[in-house]
Amino acid sequence: METYTFLRELADSWVLLVMVTFFLGVVVWAFRPGSRPVHDEVATSIFRNETRPARDPVEAKSGPQSKEAWK
Amino acid sequence: MWDYVKLVVLGLVAVLAGYAASQAHDLPYLVNAIVVMLAAVLTFIWTLRSMGGVKVRASKLEYMDGVVRAGVIATAFWAVIGFSMGVLIAFQLAFPSLNPEWAQGILNFGRLRPLHTSAVIFAFGGNGLIMSAFYVVQRTCATRLWGGNLGWFVFWGWQLMIVMAATSYVLGGTQSKEYAETVWYIDWWIVVVWVAFLAVFMGTLFNRKEPHIYVANWFYLSFILTIAMLHIGNNLAIPVSFLSSQSVQITGGVQDAMVQWWYGHNAVGFFLTAGFLGMMYYFVPKQAERPVYSYKLSIIHFWALIFMYIWAGPHHLHYTALPDWAGTLGMVFSIMLWMPSWGGMINGLMTLSGAWDKLRTDPVIRMMVMSIGFYGMSTFEGPMMSIRAVNSLSHYTDWTVGHVHSGALGWNGMITFGALYFLTPRLWNKERLYSLALVNWHFWLATIGIVLYASAMWVSGIMEGLMWREVDANGFLVNAFADTVSAKYPMLVTRGVGGLLYLTGGLIMCYNLWKTVTSAPVRATAPAAVPAE
Repeated sequence: METYTFLRELADSWVLLVMVTFFLGVVVWAFRPGSRPVHDEVATSIFRNETRPARDPVEAKSGPQSKEAWK
Repeated sequence: MWDYVKLVVLGLVAVLAGYAASQAHDLPYLVNAIVVMLAAVLTFIWTLRSMGGVKVRASKLEYMDGVVRAGVIATAFWAVIGFSMGVLIAFQLAFPSLNPEWAQGILNFGRLRPLHTSAVIFAFGGNGLIMSAFYVVQRTCATRLWGGNLGWFVFWGWQLMIVMAATSYVLGGTQSKEYAETVWYIDWWIVVVWVAFLAVFMGTLFNRKEPHIYVANWFYLSFILTIAMLHIGNNLAIPVSFLSSQSVQITGGVQDAMVQWWYGHNAVGFFLTAGFLGMMYYFVPKQAERPVYSYKLSIIHFWALIFMYIWAGPHHLHYTALPDWAGTLGMVFSIMLWMPSWGGMINGLMTLSGAWDKLRTDPVIRMMVMSIGFYGMSTFEGPMMSIRAVNSLSHYTDWTVGHVHSGALGWNGMITFGALYFLTPRLWNKERLYSLALVNWHFWLATIGIVLYASAMWVSGIMEGLMWREVDANGFLVNAFADTVSAKYPMLVTRGVGGLLYLTGGLIMCYNLWKTVTSAPVRATAPAAVPAE
């Protein structure tokens, strides 16, 4: 088979399917149950370590206490 | 030991560049070889003079901010250079006598135009992206920049690239690809610097102390990776000789046009959009002192942009030898891009929800909001112009120029100014900016400048498009090309005035930043001393 025909068929079928599935998977993953505390935690991470690096790895904490931590 | 290796390498580079200059086949190559030689000699002297001193080992408990400070200075400097070049060539178009006979082949419009585009995109935008990426990745990973002095190599390597490109353009060194004019050896140098940039960024991400990678870093990373891929793909060329700036492109004809606009549009998508969105997702929440409106939306914004932008390039080639289906594909993806773009715009704007009063009191946040507004406007205008029917009117006219500038001046320029105003007091440990009134002046000059620019180009572009297609009852064209040129005169002058206002705003910013560093009060609470290890 010609390279062009092969690539064209691949792009029209499996690659398209894989990419669309991956994208939909990302959307579903973003909205998965229990993602909110994690996202709140990441979104507020920019408000710490402003002047100096952290000494130790920051603990991943996900609970109600981190939700309003930026206030 | 390492210093001796550096000296040997720099010495060899200087000698080789000197020899290459003596054997050069053309003028751009000759001048570039001399620039490289001078750069190597200067670095040699600097390395020699700083040898032997006591080396202070950088503490892992401090951020590496020196290179970010240098980046702030370079960004402001190249902003002024790039904007002045733009104003100059705008008036050259309005008043052809500004292309003087004695400067033909060096300072005429054709030579200065790539100098302007590269200065604003790669020198101003590039430095802004590199320095803000270095700042943001350290803060969000809570760790020092990886790679020691590699960050400095990226900074100085990028400046060398800019100087080489500028000196080569005015002497005619170009490979005739829009936004990728740099000749083959500069392309190779860009690859070297860019890989170092990627290494520094990835190294810092790997060493992070935070469990998650903040969304701004995703945008920065995709910008670095994609630009590497696009740059290499578009610049596959075989040099005519190692002593010449000329090269032959591997692809030709319509394939080369497609590769060029696959590069060209994704330079817009990943350099001017993804990279600057990285800025938006860090600096807007920081300045507003509120977390981003929806982190979920930012994830979807990111992946939708990544999956869609890469296909949009063919809309630059409607009504050419490119097959129609490819043009339609580019058009459809461009229109779909509208959704994630506006999702991102809403996410940026809504970050201010509950803090809208800041718009009244804080001119820096106003600048950022204006920037996001222009992001929304140009990501609406762009998809519309990619529609084949609209494109048949807008293509090759000033409308395209206006669209590019509402994106570049409005979105890229304003968000970078916001970042500069945010960073300068922090990096130089100042309590505040020197003057908020001057920020206000900058904001209004820039905004009015863009409005003048964009509206003049809409009028001029649509008029031009209509004049080109106007036929009389017998089917003959009514207007000669020169008719459109003389009809555009008032709009060209207005555009130049708009650019002048924008440049004035930039100069005021430089003065304000300079005074912030030299005379604003020092931050009262000096950072606490870092405990000894």
